Parts: sequence; C-alpha cells; structure tokens
Amino acid sequence: MEILTLLKSNKTLRTATIVVLILLILATLPIYTPDYTIVLLSSILMYVVLTVSWVLFSGPTGYISLAPAAFIGVGIYSTAILGDSMPFPVVVLVSGIVTIFIALLVGALTLRLKGIYFTIFTFGLLELIRHLVLFLELHLTGTRGRFVIAQDFITVYFYMLIILAVLLLVTFLINRSKYGLALRSIGQNEEAASHIGVNVTTVKIATFVISAFFMGAAGAVMATRWTYIDPGIAFNMFFSFMPVMMALFGGMAHLYGPIIGSVVFTYLEEFLLTKLPELYMMLFGAIFIVAILYLPDGLLGVIQKGWAALMRKVRKDNLGGNHANS
Amino acid sequence: MITTILDILIAGLLMGGIYAIIAVGLSLQYGVARVFNVSHGEFIMLGAFGTWILFTAFGINPLISLVMCAPVLFLLGFYIHKTIFRTLLRSSKIIEIFESKSMLVAFGLMYIIQNIAILVWGSDIKGYSYLNSPVNIAGAVFPANRLVTLLFALLIGAVFYLFLSRTRMGKAIRASAQDPAAAGLMGVNINQVLALCFGFGALMAGFAGTLLSLCFPIKATMGMEYTIIAIIIVTLGGLGSIVGSFIGGFILGIISSLVSYIEPSLTLVAYYVIFILMLLIKPKGIMGK
Repeated sequence: MEILTLLKSNKTLRTATIVVLILLILATLPIYTPDYTIVLLSSILMYVVLTVSWVLFSGPTGYISLAPAAFIGVGIYSTAILGDSMPFPVVVLVSGIVTIFIALLVGALTLRLKGIYFTIFTFGLLELIRHLVLFLELHLTGTRGRFVIAQDFITVYFYMLIILAVLLLVTFLINRSKYGLALRSIGQNEEAASHIGVNVTTVKIATFVISAFFMGAAGAVMATRWTYIDPGIAFNMFFSFMPVMMALFGGMAHLYGPIIGSVVFTYLEEFLLTKLPELYMMLFGAIFIVAILYLPDGLLGVIQKGWAALMRKVRKDNLGGNHANS
Repeated sequence: MITTILDILIAGLLMGGIYAIIAVGLSLQYGVARVFNVSHGEFIMLGAFGTWILFTAFGINPLISLVMCAPVLFLLGFYIHKTIFRTLLRSSKIIEIFESKSMLVAFGLMYIIQNIAILVWGSDIKGYSYLNSPVNIAGAVFPANRLVTLLFALLIGAVFYLFLSRTRMGKAIRASAQDPAAAGLMGVNINQVLALCFGFGALMAGFAGTLLSLCFPIKATMGMEYTIIAIIIVTLGGLGSIVGSFIGGFILGIISSLVSYIEPSLTLVAYYVIFILMLLIKPKGIMGK
C-alpha cells in the first residue's frame, strides 16, 4: 500500500518503475519468444539507441546533426579491426571510446558553426571518413571489405538492451542535472546562455561526445550481425537520416516520443524490406514525406490530442451524469 | 612539365563548367527557397537519362535535348515546391524548422526518384558517344564534347546571371533572398518566387544532367556524388552567389584534375579537406557577405 501511494505521489519514481519493468520484460523475452522476434527486436533496440542518443544532443540544442552514420561506421570498423584480439565486451567499450575521440575532434572543430553549416559539415564528415577508410584499406591492407567475428543473436540482443538501459539512465541524469538545463538554454538562446555563465562550447561538446559514444557502441554490436562489412555498408547515409526521421516522427516533446517513433519506423522498414524489396525505397520515401507533412508534432502529438479529447469527453459525461442525479 | 600543368589546368576548367551549373542550381534552392535539397543529384540523373533516351531511342541530338529535358524538370521542381514545400512552409513556425524538415523531405524525394529510376532503367551503367573526336587545346588533347559542355555551361551561367541582374523577376528573386518578409510587403508574390527558384534549381540540374551525359557514362545511382559536389561548391563559393558558384566550380574542377593526376582515389577526400577548411576559415564562402 505504502509503495503504491509513494508511486502515486512521485512522478519520477513512477516513470522509473515502469521503465525498469519494461526492461525486465524485454530481458526475459528470449525465453519464450521465437528467434525471429529477438532478431527484429535487436534492430528495434538499435534504432531506439540511435534515436535517443541523437535526441540527447540535437533535441535540446536544436543543432541538426547528420553525423550518426559516421559514428556508427567508426564503431563498426573498430569491431572489425579489434574483433579477434579482445573479448567482446572490451571490443564494444573500446569502439565506443574510439568514437568518443572522433566526436571530440569533430565537436571541437565544428560546434562553433551555427545552424545549417553544422548540418552541412556533419553531412560531409560521413563521406570524408568513408573515402578515407576506403583509401586506407585499398592501399595499406589491400582489401576492400572485412569479415567480422559473428556473435549469436541472443548476445547481440542483450548487449543492445544493456546499452539502451545505460543510455536511458544517462539521458535521465543529464536532463535533470544543471547540464540539462544549460543544454536547453543553449537551444533557446545561445548568447544569453553564455552571458549567464554557461560554458557553451564545453557543454555542447560534452553532450555531443556522450551521444556519439552510444552510437559507436551500438554500431560495434551490430557489426557482429552483418559478418561482412566494407566502407559502403559501414558508412551508410541512411543511418544518419533515420534517427532524425524517427525522432521527428515520434515527436520530441517527451523522451518516449522518439522511442515510439523508432519502434514504429523500424517495424515498417522491416516489413517493407521483406514484403516489397523492389518498391522499398519508394514507399519508405513516401512515408517519410507524408509523416513530415501531416504529423507536425509527431505521433506523440496525435496521441496527446487524442488523449485530451478523450479526457474532455469523460469530463463532459461525468458532468452530465451529475446533472441527472441532482 | 609545363604541358602536364597545362593538361591539368585545362581538364579542370572543362570539368569546372558543369560543376558550376550544378552548384548554381543548389545555390538557388538553398539560398532563396531555403530547401537544403539533398535530392539535387537525382534531378541531374533524370536529366542525364532523359537525354540518353532521346538520343538512343529517337536519335535526337543531345544539344537539342538540352532545351527539352531541363524545362520538364523545371516544371517538376516547380510543382514539387508548390505542393509539398509550400504545405511545409505554412505549417512551420520558424524558418529553422522548415529547413530541417525540408531537408528530410528532400531525402524522401531522393529515395523515391532513385527507386523509380532503378525500376525503369535498371542499375547498370549506360552511355552513348557524341562528338568525341579529339581536339587539340594548347598541346593537350581532349574530346570535342568536353569543350562543347564548357561553352554551354558558360552560356547558361551568363544568361542566368543577366536574368537575375537585369529583369524584374530577377530583382524579385534577389529581394526574396535578402529578406522574404520585406519582399512580400513590397508586393513580390513570395510563394511564386520560391517555387520558381526551386524550379530553376531543377532546371540547372537538368542542363547539368544533359551535359554530363555527353561526356561520361551514367547510371541510376549517380546522383549522390553530384549532390555532394554541389554542396561543397556552394559552401566554397558562398550561398546564393552565381559568380561564387562559378569560381568554386572551377576551383573544384582544377583540384579534381590535379588530385586525380596524383592519386585518383583521393579526389573526394581532397574535396572534403577543402570543404572543411573553408567551413572553418570562412563559412560564408568566397563571395558570401
């Protein structure tokens, strides 16, 4: 009883309980669901990780980053290179750390750029790294692609789940700390933020780096699923646009918006890719456009509107009932 | 030695013309219509395939296709803006939101156009030969079609420059680029101007596609490469500046022929180094204000 009243009064605790419960359910899933579900869920979890870590930086600051694919690619390549010399958990961690260094460099160079210039830069970054890697592979190792040591799908699933759990915790902690406040103030007015004493550059770079770490780690885990990679597969522009799209599609007003967005979108991608592979790009492009045109606040907006309408109706009915009684 | 340098320079200038036209298109779409059009290269691809079909199936001279394909793409771009981007403009509260959303819409367009192209033409390389008799320019030997493309690129650029600087419509476009709200208050039909600019961007892509198909083999997935080149040149030359696009185009053309002389696989890496340096030193570009 006491726990229930505590849960009722404390919103944070309530949310945390729900999240932990969902994660626990997800963790026990492999026991009683078919293999295919686990494989699909791994993809969904990967996109949730990508989208949530994208929103971690780009959501509050409003800097549209197209760097995710670059960071994922770095994670994938780190795994491909380190894969057979270290145990897998170390590989994932090291891949994340390598990504941190790239993100530090990129952040220090570019976060002075504003608006579209930052977007253009991150867009170019992906192609730059891809061509550089291709050049190095062709000239130093004499190969075009690499084989990655495969992990079984349950391992992939659990690693994704752990990464997601850590990411959610980090996001939660950042959002309620003074750094979260500083980030939001940067998004609203960067100059004002720096005048009231926020170290704008440090806060931006730190968040950018943290979000990159999770993308790199996710890439490292996913690499084991593909078994063969080359620069074209690892540095795929699609991975840059998907998190942006999923975040917008879900709605960015709350943390669960991007999560809903990535779940629905990944399922849609999987469905189209298996059912209509020839028309996949076209249909996906069309869904992209329709979603942007007709869901300005994302799915979250639709849900909230529906919820508000339902509440109004309930209240109205209650009022009507009271009148009848009196 | 000197002939090698001349070779590289001339090859660069010949390439730079097409690059410039590509960049002028994107410059209009982003500089005026505020659409960061990542599907620009797909319009180029459509122009190239249009020319290829007209030549191989109907035997129409590519230089005549120049005035057939591009106008069709102009209409396509114009109506895409009138329908999709205008709806988006109306629902976006501030221009930054419009910019990020329109970029995503353009990404969707890229997927759609590319998918259709692959369905219709397949994904293998196509090509035809036209005017490829060798010409000797100051000791360097080039196919004649390269020279023709440069001439047409310069002609198109000059005509468009005159259009922007001398006509009433051009004045309206320049005004809208500087301050859309004020231009609207002065009686410029701003929606029409934005749609026209997006259309002109597609028109330039069409011209570039035709000219490219004259000199190089084409394929359905060729677009992205040219989108990236356009983005780099526009950053180099300055958003919204036609002269800047031409300067940037020639610079990139020369860099491209220089690097491919030394190490062909590093061409794109070299582009990016220039691009990154430019963004860091002068993000507004050479002609940017």
